[in-house]
Amino acid sequence: MSANNTINRRRFIQVSALAGGGMLLSFNLLSGCKPAATRGAAALELPKEWFEFNGYLKIGDNGLITLMSPNPEIGQNVKTSMPMMVAEELDVNWKDVIVEQASLNTDLYKPMQIAGGSTSVSASWNAMRIAGATARDMLKQAAANEWKVPVSEIETIEGKLIHKASGKSAGYGAFASAASKLAVPEKVTLKKPKDFKIIGTSRKNVDGQKIATGKPLFGLDYKEEGMLIAMIVHPPAFGLQLKESDISAIKSMPGITDAFFIDVYPDRKKKQWCDVAAFSKILAIVGKTTWQVMQAKKSFKSETEPIKTITDKVDVFGTMMDVITPAGFENTTTHKEQMAATPKQVKTVRKDGDPEGAFKKASVVIERHYSCPFLAHNTMEPMNFFANVKDGKAMLVGPVQTPSFMEQSVSDRLGIPIDKVDVKMTRMGGGFGRRLYGHFLVEAAIISDRVKAPVKLIYTREDDMTTGVYRPAYFATYRAALDENKNLIAFHVRAGGIPENALMANRYPAGAVENYLAEEWAIPTNISVGAFRAPASNFIAGAEQSFLDELAEAMGKDPIEMRLELFEKAKSKPVGKDNDYNADRYAGVLKLVKEKSEWGKTEPGIARGVAAYFCHDSYVAHVVDISMKDNKPVIEKITTAVDCGIVINPDAATNLSEGAVTDAIGHAMYSGMTFTNGVPDQSNFDKYRMIRNSEAPKKIETHFVKSETDPTGMGEPSGPPVIGALANALYKAMGKRFYAQPFMVENQPVFS
Amino acid sequence: MATYELTINGKQYKVDADPSTPVLWILRDHLDMVGTKFGCGLAQCGACTIHLGDMATRSCVLPVSSIGNQEITTIEGLSDTGDHPVQKAWVDLDVAQCGYCQAGQIMTAAALLKRNKNPSDEEIASAMDGNICRCGTYLRIKAAVKTAAASL
Repeated sequence: MSANNTINRRRFIQVSALAGGGMLLSFNLLSGCKPAATRGAAALELPKEWFEFNGYLKIGDNGLITLMSPNPEIGQNVKTSMPMMVAEELDVNWKDVIVEQASLNTDLYKPMQIAGGSTSVSASWNAMRIAGATARDMLKQAAANEWKVPVSEIETIEGKLIHKASGKSAGYGAFASAASKLAVPEKVTLKKPKDFKIIGTSRKNVDGQKIATGKPLFGLDYKEEGMLIAMIVHPPAFGLQLKESDISAIKSMPGITDAFFIDVYPDRKKKQWCDVAAFSKILAIVGKTTWQVMQAKKSFKSETEPIKTITDKVDVFGTMMDVITPAGFENTTTHKEQMAATPKQVKTVRKDGDPEGAFKKASVVIERHYSCPFLAHNTMEPMNFFANVKDGKAMLVGPVQTPSFMEQSVSDRLGIPIDKVDVKMTRMGGGFGRRLYGHFLVEAAIISDRVKAPVKLIYTREDDMTTGVYRPAYFATYRAALDENKNLIAFHVRAGGIPENALMANRYPAGAVENYLAEEWAIPTNISVGAFRAPASNFIAGAEQSFLDELAEAMGKDPIEMRLELFEKAKSKPVGKDNDYNADRYAGVLKLVKEKSEWGKTEPGIARGVAAYFCHDSYVAHVVDISMKDNKPVIEKITTAVDCGIVINPDAATNLSEGAVTDAIGHAMYSGMTFTNGVPDQSNFDKYRMIRNSEAPKKIETHFVKSETDPTGMGEPSGPPVIGALANALYKAMGKRFYAQPFMVENQPVFS
Repeated sequence: MATYELTINGKQYKVDADPSTPVLWILRDHLDMVGTKFGCGLAQCGACTIHLGDMATRSCVLPVSSIGNQEITTIEGLSDTGDHPVQKAWVDLDVAQCGYCQAGQIMTAAALLKRNKNPSDEEIASAMDGNICRCGTYLRIKAAVKTAAASL
């Protein structure tokens, strides 16, 4: 953003492409609009006519505003926070705002309609505000024209246009028609943060009432006339594929209309990064009701054969890469041995100074190993999608984090031009990265195309949990060298994983240690993996922050002071290049959490641990307080400090941070996917342990750093560091260090 | 197939279904009431919670043939205008993130408060332990149950 808060329209059009094709000037009555006017107790009276200013907003003749939320809603609350940014600059009363989920429109909504990487708010920060400011200026111009006064003398306050000198005023509705026909202003001036009236204030989830009353919001709730239910059968183990077999018996079962084998991704030379699917050949069963299809699915005994090694050519953001899926049946016990053995191929990613030399002359060397298992995402709403393919067009409705990518995949697979593929987004019953990988859209589209009917594809929980796309299993070895005065002279991280590692070579403490070495390795697998909330950080943060705690202890230093000293070094005399953090902001959250938690104060029966981490461009520090009850740890309180720049919706951000903390603690303590001969040992919540209400932290106190910096990620950054703070508090409470996740499971499934 | 007469949210319904069909799918597929959610199909996650009489019950493993004369209440029928004290507390405290599990959470909480108007922290946690929330909104769930209890 430019220093004077003024943004040239040309620049704006480049970033948001909002003004393409004269659309901004179009006069529109959107007959299809049935707004959600039931928010709160009193329904808003709908206008007779809507006037569309741009793809983000339209204004009714009665002053009611509809704001479009472009990005997918997975529970990160963007459907409230993104429209808040438009409303701020449009200068309206939030009470007069209706929010609608926008459909996928890659020409209109830039940079991208995606829920991933905690980027929704930061990436659209300018576009959303400019959309509001542009319309506000057009309203002002329309009023100036009518009142014959200079536009500079017109002010706006909460949906009203005011000319003080003449005493004239009118609501936005009165000028919506005239304004929507005006030329788009060349420049718009955005508000300074100190003038914000909506951004930075807590606004309730726009879907809150609908959620609490069970209204149809989710993909699984979607229904169309004549719609059939489809389910799939995939092989029981990774390393197997389905063989076509006799399916006449299930075809004759009650309510079953069809069953057939499909190959979801037959073309292995042209896949996108989000086309991850361990099982390409599957059986589709189609019928009238879910229960009937479930019965047919249950009764089917599949025939399988081992896979041969598969090579996929995958487009990873423009670079074609070979992704190899090896044959074989894998076991968690073998994984454990492979990971613990010294891997043969280790690659150096970053080296500063002379780490080998420093380790040789060290007085003390500390070496520790950390690990975590594969995890299933377990969104509470299982994978599902609606598809209606007919007359050379495909209509898809449902929950997906990557609608623009999957639109392409459906187009490629069905051979339908992309402009004939339409994707509409529903609210999602969780994303966490799982719905970045939309094979289920392609499956639904293939099935609908085959049966020539609208189809809703539903995964059972067992399908959802055993289809793959897991968080990889990670491993990391940390080493540190101390001299005779207990000064840190070298730091070494060697990170590995199946099939990828979690190394963040340029993150702290890189830049703060003279002699530094970061290495990586990986072991291939046919168990499919994908991004899982705060990818890689969700493991490496906890490992690193636990190791630093042990290091501080060995150095005889307070863990916060020790970290702050390193930040001071990184700031005053940074080592190496490309250090991927701002030492001041990093230290800032540690100082804030130190103050708010009253670090140093002791309470009988309470053990404390601290950690901080930087990811998704935000900084978070936690202090975890633990007591012991019946030999089990109880999380009494967590104090959190967050620096994510400007906070759009504080109460919602607090909720999101609390949730990320609870989620991360749950997985670190209890969860894991394990495998026996390629078969997942867990397929439902009877065996896969998720954190429960009674195990959640009793209290979380969240503090945000006051900031005028542009907003950064919020959906993910609070999770990763709490695992370190938890491990460090557990050590104080129980006298032993926890290195292998899940911490609280006997016979920990992976890597003791 | 058999015909069943069911009382749901105070209204009578007649459905033709296989006797083994769980009430969850009767509601969602046969009667277009989709507020009750499918989560696990194994009574492990609580997303499908309804009231059978006054009892919080997992509808995903409850065969329609077992209902008889018992009255069913779903999230759609918990209140006429969405202002049951538990629903109000859920909205006031902005509990939901993705929101998918919350209908089940609300139904479990409403049943708890029906039999215990002033539950302790332990009683709340124990009653709510069968309802998984992957978003991790447990703290707000507990707070909302207390807020609702205070308003009774």
